[in-house]
Amino acid sequence: MSLPPVVSALKHHKTTVALVILEIALACAIVTNAVFVIGHTLSTMRYDTGLDNRSLVVVTASDLDIGTSHRGTQASDLAALRGIAGVTSASVVNTLPLSNGFWATSLWRAPGDKSSTVNNVISYVATPGVMKTLGLKLASGRGFRPDEFVDYNMFKGDAPPSVAIVPKAFAESLWPGKNPLGQRLYLGQGGKYPVQVIGVVDHLLNASIDPAHGSERNFLLPVASVEGGRYVLRTDPAQRGRVIAAARKALLAIDPARMVKARAYTDIVQAYFHDDRSVIWLLVAVVACLLAVSALGVVGLSSFWVQQRTRQIGIRRAVGARQRDILGYFHAENLLIVSVGALLGAAGAVLLNLWLMKHYELPRLSLGYLPVGAVLLCVLGQLSVLGPAWRASRVPPVVATRGS
Amino acid sequence: MLRYYLQLAWRSLRRHPVMSGLMVLAIGLGIGASMTMLTVLHVMDADPLPGRSAQLFRPYLNPLPRSYTNNGLGPDPSINLTWPDAMALLQAGKGAQQAAMAGTRALVMPGGNRRPFRAQGRMTTRGFFAMFGLHFVDGASWSSADGSSAAQVVVISQGLARRVFGSNQVVGRSLHLDSHDYRVVGVVRDWAPRPMFYVDDSAQRYKGADDYFVPLSTAVSLGLRVSGNQSGWGKDGIGPKSATMSWLQFWVQLDTPVQVAAYRRFLHNYAAQQKAAGRFERSPEKAARLYSLMGWLAARHIVPGDVSMQAGLAMAFLLVCLVNIVALLLAKFLRRAGEISVRRALGARRRDIFAQFCIESAAVGVLGGALGLLLAELGLWSVRQRPDDYAHLAQMDVGMLGLTIAAAVVASLCAGVLPAWRAARVAPALQLKAL
Repeated sequence: MSLPPVVSALKHHKTTVALVILEIALACAIVTNAVFVIGHTLSTMRYDTGLDNRSLVVVTASDLDIGTSHRGTQASDLAALRGIAGVTSASVVNTLPLSNGFWATSLWRAPGDKSSTVNNVISYVATPGVMKTLGLKLASGRGFRPDEFVDYNMFKGDAPPSVAIVPKAFAESLWPGKNPLGQRLYLGQGGKYPVQVIGVVDHLLNASIDPAHGSERNFLLPVASVEGGRYVLRTDPAQRGRVIAAARKALLAIDPARMVKARAYTDIVQAYFHDDRSVIWLLVAVVACLLAVSALGVVGLSSFWVQQRTRQIGIRRAVGARQRDILGYFHAENLLIVSVGALLGAAGAVLLNLWLMKHYELPRLSLGYLPVGAVLLCVLGQLSVLGPAWRASRVPPVVATRGS
Repeated sequence: MLRYYLQLAWRSLRRHPVMSGLMVLAIGLGIGASMTMLTVLHVMDADPLPGRSAQLFRPYLNPLPRSYTNNGLGPDPSINLTWPDAMALLQAGKGAQQAAMAGTRALVMPGGNRRPFRAQGRMTTRGFFAMFGLHFVDGASWSSADGSSAAQVVVISQGLARRVFGSNQVVGRSLHLDSHDYRVVGVVRDWAPRPMFYVDDSAQRYKGADDYFVPLSTAVSLGLRVSGNQSGWGKDGIGPKSATMSWLQFWVQLDTPVQVAAYRRFLHNYAAQQKAAGRFERSPEKAARLYSLMGWLAARHIVPGDVSMQAGLAMAFLLVCLVNIVALLLAKFLRRAGEISVRRALGARRRDIFAQFCIESAAVGVLGGALGLLLAELGLWSVRQRPDDYAHLAQMDVGMLGLTIAAAVVASLCAGVLPAWRAARVAPALQLKAL
């Protein structure tokens, strides 16, 4: 199969060919960027919260929220929740990974040294039993001792607990290359309160992942009670449904005049990524529609050309071309057009990405995605032309002898 | 002639049903996707208070030090006003009406063993009701004496009144919010402008409504929590009355262009005074501005980035569909060179041929538009399933319906122009010979 006849035949259809190339190029540019955004979004959804997600049930009560509950209610609530069959442990926390609500603070690596501050650090506080309940895995050091859980209200300027647990990644960024155990971070105005790191966990994800707060920039403090917190129950994943209903009932039995909400923790994680999932589905739909429209275009156009060239095909067959030569001709023609479009499209994809980066918060297109869109369209083109080309190859040589 | 062309178009479409179907499908998909997103943009960009919005203005004052930076992370504190600035504007009273406000929320305790529920409210000043045109069904706004004495009074919505008391004639009754008691002084008809133009940037603009209103002074003295951005930056600390913490929104009603011009001068002078006093660091031109309501919404970029990106994506998709159709129509029309030649030889002028093919393209557009309408309804249904606050508003109105059909016809005509023009230039003699 030599290309020159293909090219010279296409010269008769300059405008049409230009339009198809333009269409393929546009589709390729958009598809490449869409696939890139899908890949990027998927990569941000693969976080390890550091918790046993599937074993946790989260319960909120409105009186915890507005701070009218005192430690008495919290203690009796906890006792009732621990008494539910199937609950192996329970704790009160201010917030959990991927739950959106959070307390952020600044910490100091050296007291009084402004250059040592780290801003937008998420502060987790939790009551006894937290390590076991959440299923946090210690990489080194130890968990909290019972006497380390003290009264602390961050918003009233109280002195914080004297010990903390931090995630490995954050410890590494605070004290690069050093053993974080025994290191001190400082909280409060001017960094006046030292807090010693006694344990490092493999992972503890932020309540919110965003450019300001990063993904694992947080510490966990032991406290006696939490105002505005939520109860976390640990249970067997299979029992969650029953525990959720029982927890609601137990808390309303203690005080019916409050709102109680119990949910599986996995639902909270699902909800956090809901937007991302809908973006992915939307883009998948867009890519599918674009590919479908491009394929329809190729099918339609090649069918027309096959019809138009029936006589020429007959002549070629009559002078000795085999069926597969005709087949090859149309595939080659299609490959030529589509690959030119795909090449232009790859360049367009880079430009489109630059524009998107300027107007929206999108990262730079990694060049590895460029061949993806181009190859996708070339394969699609070859598949679309299969039908028309096959029909062309069936044109009998005798057509050549008829008038048009 | 039109009828004849329509007949020709119909016959031509039927001669290649698959091909015609593909073209209709392509137009339908493109129009369906783009109209879905245009409808979403249309409801998001709507005028929240038709007939009243032209008289409402939002003063902007920037007290931030020049050195202030938040590295582009987090909200811009200058969007909201500080207590001293809001009070200065309020006391000057230069507008026909004005009010300072901020969002709040509370747990409504209906009493007895009835379950409490959450409600969204507003801490504001008296002018709010008259300025925004809220309608009282019982009682009235609190008095200025109530406002200055920080009395525990509340104006509630009809919906909240019914939910708590089972009636809307409840002036004088007591309402328990969080841990405080308030005396109801007025009941207003439910009021939920879309978008909620007067709220803080962090609030939802397309969902929810204010169910209760308490005097700003009362809210501050009780220390009610503010839902919204509260950004402090200076040494004055971060109390609600601090001169270096912004958290209040402020709106003013100005009825005539003269009043608007006078208010601009007033704001400019105020900023100049503050600069002279050393509080503002920026020049009055930069530190003081007055936005119209729609201008403010435009400056706030209330349409989220992902929605405008999806709209762009939908338009790009329509473009791809159109380019596709241009190519298909071109191939189709030029294949009919023989037919064109016969018509030309029998006396049809070029413009007749052109008109004939344009009508055929428009016919594809009408069919595609009908399909697009169905697909847009489907698309809007899927938008309504999203969890976003604007989702429930995504409905097509008559205007958008007409626009959908018109867009499909115009789009297919645009797509048909080049092919029809090429078809009209077919030379009759050459083609007749080949027949």
